[in-house]
Amino acid sequence: MDHTINVTVIDREGEAHTLEAPTDMGMNMMELCKSAELPVEGTCGGMAMCASCHMYVDSDHDLPAKSDDEEDMLDEAFFVEDTSRLGCQIHLADDLDGLEVRLAPVGK
Amino acid sequence: MIQTDILIIGAGPCGLFTVFEAGLLKLHCHLIDALPQAGGQCSEIYPKKPIYDIPAYPTILAGELVDKLMEQAEPFKPGFTLGERAEEIEKDEEGQFILTTNRGTKHRAPIIAIAGGLGCFEPRKPPVPGLDQFEDHGVEYIIKDPEFYRGKKVVISGGGDSALDWSIFLADGVASEVTLIHRRKEFRGHLDSVQKVMDLASAGKIRLLTDSEVVEAHGSGSLDSLKVKHKEGSLQTIETDHWVPLFGLSPKLGPMADWKLNITKNAVEVDTFDYSTNIPGIYAIGDINTYPGKLKLILCGFHEATLMVQSAFKRIYPDKNLVLKYTTVNGINGF
Repeated sequence: MDHTINVTVIDREGEAHTLEAPTDMGMNMMELCKSAELPVEGTCGGMAMCASCHMYVDSDHDLPAKSDDEEDMLDEAFFVEDTSRLGCQIHLADDLDGLEVRLAPVGK
Repeated sequence: MIQTDILIIGAGPCGLFTVFEAGLLKLHCHLIDALPQAGGQCSEIYPKKPIYDIPAYPTILAGELVDKLMEQAEPFKPGFTLGERAEEIEKDEEGQFILTTNRGTKHRAPIIAIAGGLGCFEPRKPPVPGLDQFEDHGVEYIIKDPEFYRGKKVVISGGGDSALDWSIFLADGVASEVTLIHRRKEFRGHLDSVQKVMDLASAGKIRLLTDSEVVEAHGSGSLDSLKVKHKEGSLQTIETDHWVPLFGLSPKLGPMADWKLNITKNAVEVDTFDYSTNIPGIYAIGDINTYPGKLKLILCGFHEATLMVQSAFKRIYPDKNLVLKYTTVNGINGF
């Protein structure tokens, strides 16, 4: 099977970017956004130790529950909603085809 | 005035290894870092995380790596200016750089090596409209001296250890009123601190507002009140003298952006021959630089530091020949 899914990322200006995402590369949403040069910081490199890849999941995909680490780091983010996730903790998998996320606003 | 040969901005792994490599060439180094301790991200963000791609260490904790780099640099007696941010660079009549920090400490050196990683770690500021006007007029992001809050009404925001610990401390007869605001019910601090806060809240010594966040700040000249939004939608106004938002630190390029360096996407452009920037005498190594093929890895930063000090030596001593000496031959001759 083809290990590629399509996901949509809505940037902070409201523009939608549809990205082809490989599911066999061990990638996460933070890395995917960075590779597409979308404005996601990913300061800590994906260890759930900063909050710079905060995004909202707008589609109703069934994502694995947040770990304590992820929930804790969201305390340092702003504009946190029930749909908030850290992009680095969303691992690209075949069942995420059609995923839609929105980048959270950044503080100063 | 602190005089050295190579002034290193950033005391992370790359800056620390520069001390060693420069020391082999008998060049002295002094490091400046905005954080109060050496180690950069390794110490600040992930000291307990294992790193697997340091040659010859199948696994090493980031904090241990910093300890070992400090040990390796020690014979060359590096100087440190910690907790201060490199603010301004100028050149004196002898062509040396004068670097002044945000606290006014002056340093002088013929060479500057920027090993600044992602930039300076600065407190994360909540996106409350008009917050800037209250900074140092009721809004502080760091508690420097708790006495400052004696007899005052204080609101603290955040869910980590610093928010918990300061709430406990200030509620113990220091501040006249302490309010702790956090976006959810759970706290990520140490369990005993969480319990203490809960106990103080039941005893009426801390006003605890969970599932809440500050959305507005008001006052004329200085802070008078905050508007707090509760998760279910209701709003509450709290009168206060101070608000201390404690949301951790995030890196910013900071004043470096004004030093006339060529910067692309928050990174300093360098020549991979010697990691020199567009300003002669200023180099950039590690995560802060960019060049075709750049990889942000600690091990690449070590390589960059090693080549950079060779070039720095030739700038300082244009008439001296430099011969590569293996440490296996001569050992380490410290200062």
